[in-house]
Amino acid sequence: MSAATIVNLPDQSTARIPKMNFLTKENGLLSWLLTGDHKRIATLYLISITFFFFIGGALAGLIRLELLTPQTSLMAADTYNKVFTMHGVIMVFFFLVPSVPATLGNFLMPMMIGAKDLALPKVNLLSWYPYIIAGFMAIYTMAAGGVDTGWTFTTPLSTHYLNTHVISTGLAIFVAGFSSIFTGLNFIVTIHKMRCPGMTWFRLPLFVWSNYAASILMVLGTPVLAITLVLVVLERTMHIGVFDPAFGGDPILFQHLFWFYSHPAVYIMILPGMGVISEVVSTFSRKRVFGYTAVAFSSVAIAVFGFFVWAHHMFIMGISNYAALIFSLLTMLVAVPSAIKIFNWTFTLYKGSITFETPMLYAFGFMGLFTIGGLTGVFLGTTGTDIHLTETYFIVAHFHFVMVGGMLMAFLSGIHFWWPKWTGRMYPEKISQLAAVVTFIGFNFTFFPQFILGMLGMPRRYAAYPPEFQALNVFSTAGATILGIGYLLPIIYLTWSLKYGAVAGNNAWQATGLEWQTQSPPLTENFAEIPIMDHEAYDYEWLEKMQEKEVASVG
Amino acid sequence: MSEQHEQQHHIVSPATYAMVFFSLLVGTALTVLASYFDLGEWHIAPGLTLFWNPVVALAIATTKMMLVVLFFMHVKYSPKLTKLTVASGLFMFLVLVGMTLADYFTRAWGRW
Amino acid sequence: MSDSTAIANGAPAEAQHEHPPYQRHHFASVEQQADTTNFAMWLFLLTEVMFFGGLFTAYLIMRNWYYQPFVDASHQLSIFWGTANTAVLIASSFTMAMAVWSAEVRRKGTLLLFLCLTLVFGFIFLGIKGIEWHEKWEKHHIPGEHYSVQSFVNPQSDPEVYKEYHDAPLPADAAQKTVEYFFLYFAMTGMHALHMVIGVGILIFMIFRARSGAYTTGHVTFVENFGLYWHFVDIIWIYLFALLYLISRH
Repeated sequence: MSAATIVNLPDQSTARIPKMNFLTKENGLLSWLLTGDHKRIATLYLISITFFFFIGGALAGLIRLELLTPQTSLMAADTYNKVFTMHGVIMVFFFLVPSVPATLGNFLMPMMIGAKDLALPKVNLLSWYPYIIAGFMAIYTMAAGGVDTGWTFTTPLSTHYLNTHVISTGLAIFVAGFSSIFTGLNFIVTIHKMRCPGMTWFRLPLFVWSNYAASILMVLGTPVLAITLVLVVLERTMHIGVFDPAFGGDPILFQHLFWFYSHPAVYIMILPGMGVISEVVSTFSRKRVFGYTAVAFSSVAIAVFGFFVWAHHMFIMGISNYAALIFSLLTMLVAVPSAIKIFNWTFTLYKGSITFETPMLYAFGFMGLFTIGGLTGVFLGTTGTDIHLTETYFIVAHFHFVMVGGMLMAFLSGIHFWWPKWTGRMYPEKISQLAAVVTFIGFNFTFFPQFILGMLGMPRRYAAYPPEFQALNVFSTAGATILGIGYLLPIIYLTWSLKYGAVAGNNAWQATGLEWQTQSPPLTENFAEIPIMDHEAYDYEWLEKMQEKEVASVG
Repeated sequence: MSEQHEQQHHIVSPATYAMVFFSLLVGTALTVLASYFDLGEWHIAPGLTLFWNPVVALAIATTKMMLVVLFFMHVKYSPKLTKLTVASGLFMFLVLVGMTLADYFTRAWGRW
Repeated sequence: MSDSTAIANGAPAEAQHEHPPYQRHHFASVEQQADTTNFAMWLFLLTEVMFFGGLFTAYLIMRNWYYQPFVDASHQLSIFWGTANTAVLIASSFTMAMAVWSAEVRRKGTLLLFLCLTLVFGFIFLGIKGIEWHEKWEKHHIPGEHYSVQSFVNPQSDPEVYKEYHDAPLPADAAQKTVEYFFLYFAMTGMHALHMVIGVGILIFMIFRARSGAYTTGHVTFVENFGLYWHFVDIIWIYLFALLYLISRH
């Protein structure tokens, strides 16, 4: 790695964390639990989702341990079903969906648009409590015996053939949905109505555009999941017959309604991550994002088209050939905007001054791994190949590449990138770069073999498998161990940095963006005066002029 | 952002509300009446028939909805953003219903 | 569910600034606050549209599959009570719109009158719903253990419906499908009634606040945004009436 770095820290002998900031403004538990400050709420979310991430990760560890051997050696098949179900439920609904929007989005978005807070601060707080309540309900479910339907709750298995805690899990996700809806609603309103003077739509950072697009998905898609879960609960409790052929119902109806949300959900999960990558790639190439308009519009295009493709999860479930044809075609279309982004990020790098700090390492990881994951999505969107690859480990690998190799890496990239702003302290660079590399290696060892396993025919959600698949499974588990270390390291050093990290100053990365013009950590009201936006996004010339005129802050 | 203050300043008159109210009641009466008659069908193609009764009922319901949205909910006098929001909501609803039905209308199995 | 509007209304007084006491600190002006909360309410209504959308989808599929059972089952609903309820709800929408007007022209007495009328109409609607549901209970048309297909397999056993519609008897498996109609009937009108109950609750809160003059000082956003919610509930009913009651009465 090059020794060049763009890190610009103040003189450590005199630098101090600003005494008055959002963390020190008020003290006491209630000042946190009843706060309206978007930054405190983001902090609450960050702690919460990290907690759930490690529960989900532990469950993943159990899965990989079980799959070391072809027989069901570690746990009964039923238990294995419960483990992977809860892994999916927790990772999707309690980690990935809120990950960037509720933490980084909540924290940064008002500052990026020059506002003092989100439009509806109480609604923001009101979005955290359903998340926590839902989380407790999910933990209760696990303690009470778990649910083994798979995170997709497919009927009629979930409604008629199982005796596990489907209802409490369904209700937990229902409640968590409100968290998502309120966050998305708040973001849309804020971006439309709270931009500072001069902040036109096309001067917004691309992070804001991505969160806007994801928020549209949250607002329009999540209610359909809500009604679907209500129907499942009603079916289980009152046997209304909506998913029961004996009464004239249709199990496929559940899948239509479920995937109507759950496909846009994957875009809810990835779009904010893509926003992070735009910011990081620009900063660490010292260049404006290539094709700003294209990237902005592609975010919205992904959101819109994302609503039209859900039945590609149902190709083998019994939908008509005509429907399969239409949805397959539309799926091909939705891949285009994502590809546009990758191209634009690549062109941003071209002739840029690239440095390899940790956020950039994660961003590189994202670009490579998301591309692989996305391309394999094309194989799955083609009905002919999907018939053979669906419900195998190919699918598992595909979504882990886009979600873990993609989204989780983007999340870590963003956390490292904005850590100096959030906490006022810099994380230790060398160990974090090591963690990024370890994560990348561990990830590839874990999930690449799963593509091969899927092609060879190993089904997903099976605790036992034919012995010829063992070698690749062992390889995958070994990779998972490395991956686990890669995820543990940030927890350790980021926590360490809270006390011992270097003081970061306002703009440790010399980045553009209004959030970097404030102190670190920011004031509760973000800006003493509402700024006026008089330059384009990613305007590095403007930044240079600012730095010439600037006096180092007195801490 | 400077906003149009139409909604604040344009106060819809009670007379307008009364007219809309009356129209809604008329629409209700019409739609009940229409349900008592067999309005026939249109044979578009072999196996593809459109029955007029549900079309009429939904058309009247949609007209009533538009009256409520435009006048009672002030959308006629609202900023473009509000109109866009309403339109996008309707569009998404139609996507949900329409694309799901596209599957059901093109397969014969399932009629238990 | 009008939390966003609750915020706009519940602000503490800011002594040192020259803006109205109900303006929250992060807004630059009252107009911005009103615009923002209005937009937020519309977005919330969008989520409601999608929420009901799932039920409408299920309904359209089932009706298409089981047309005759749906027709026969819909004859069990009283056109009289259904039309009456529709008129009542439309009237309540009218009075709610008038209430918003009253707040805009700052007439407290009129505002209170119209809010109370809206409340009364809301209660009447729920009362009639209760009557209808009770009738379903008595006839064993509530999906579940006690569901009975007697009225459809042998229509003459139900004289008051039979003399109006003279339905032919349905074969046993088709008659069984009427349970889908009733499940949808109860799910959709039940979800609608739940939204009405929430609306009625907020209305009661608003009447008390209106009495103390909260909405007639120029700050009408709460009433306006609640009006949007109430009209939305009315619109849902307009479609439910057309789809559930008026399938075919000929």
